[in-house]
Amino acid sequence: MRTDLPGHQHEWLDDDAGPVVRPYTLTGGRVRPDADGFDLVAYVLARPDPNLAAFPELHPEHRLLVELAGRGTPLVELAAGLDLAIGVVRVLLGDLLSRGLVSVHQPPRATYLPDNDILKAVVDGLRAL
Amino acid sequence: MDSVRYDVERRGHRVPIALKILIAGGFGAGKTTLVSALSEVQPLQTEEILTGAGIDTDDLSGVETKSTTTVAMDFGRITINEDLQLYLFGTPGQDRFWFLWDELAFGALGAVVLADTRRLADCFPSIDYFEQRGIPFVVGVNCFDGSRRFSLGAVRRALDLDPDVPMVLCDARDRQSGKAVLISLVEHVARQRGEPVPAA
Ligand SMILES: Nc1nc2c(ncn2[C@@H]2O[C@H](COP(=O)(O)OP(=O)(O)OP(=O)(O)O)[C@@H](O)[C@H]2O)c(=O)[nH]1
Ligand SMILES: [Mg+2]
Repeated sequence: MRTDLPGHQHEWLDDDAGPVVRPYTLTGGRVRPDADGFDLVAYVLARPDPNLAAFPELHPEHRLLVELAGRGTPLVELAAGLDLAIGVVRVLLGDLLSRGLVSVHQPPRATYLPDNDILKAVVDGLRAL
Repeated sequence: MDSVRYDVERRGHRVPIALKILIAGGFGAGKTTLVSALSEVQPLQTEEILTGAGIDTDDLSGVETKSTTTVAMDFGRITINEDLQLYLFGTPGQDRFWFLWDELAFGALGAVVLADTRRLADCFPSIDYFEQRGIPFVVGVNCFDGSRRFSLGAVRRALDLDPDVPMVLCDARDRQSGKAVLISLVEHVARQRGEPVPAA
């Protein structure tokens, strides 16, 4: 399943890359932390050459997030990198997502149900450490 | 069953697979120590906000003024290859953080329950949690210096473990020892799927 933002074409994404997540549900400026939350390891990728100047309302934390996500980074690493709580980063990501500045990919299904090839790669990789 | 490719390529970017493994156990059982011993990066910490009220989105600075508590979670990373990473999450020890466990456990590959033989009962809640949710786990019996050595059989009986749940003696400070625990977990997961990982 993949959810596109209204008015935004995420044509730079491949359908197989996992679902793009709907912006965080905001209710009167409040967040429901458990609803529609991005996974801890949801993969965040900034749009190439994001035009941050067009969004003067964004906080410095938003800008740092976009910078950190330039390489493609899991949510939990972004939170640690910015020293912000996960819940706060989720909210900021919602802001960035609605402005088309980042894409957020919930983990591909192979993350939740890795096949035997993946499990074997993990065991081999661990043995080789 | 359609197989999911994990080498999806988009404009030079791939979405890597990030497998989650939980490191659980009672207070002081060695969770943070194990995550640090295994992680390729300095032990990282992140926190989650505990609040029923929610967060004001346009006012980050206001967060502290609300009655929020934060709970720290340890996490570490092991890169298997460029498309495949393990994320280790140390679970917060206290029961009032169960809701956080649900978030950590969602989609997790499995868990390591660290049992401290000086306080075996401390890991009962972790074991119950994973058993109830059908999340595969192994028990790492953490051998603290000076603690009485129990036989694995005695620990297994005390924990009333299912016969097929692996138990491994470990020293959470030792990377090789921690690796062996993770390997036994992944092999256990594979066995449960009926597709055992062939021995190397
Ligand atoms: N001898 C020995 N000491 C250990 C071992 N694992 C942890 N320790 C020590 O036990 C103490 C507690 O370990 P932590 O890793 O902080 O335990 P924890 O489970 O993260 O504790 P909380 O987060 O407070 O619940 C530290 O001083 C560790 O150095 C072990 O395998 N052997
Ligand atoms: Mg700890």
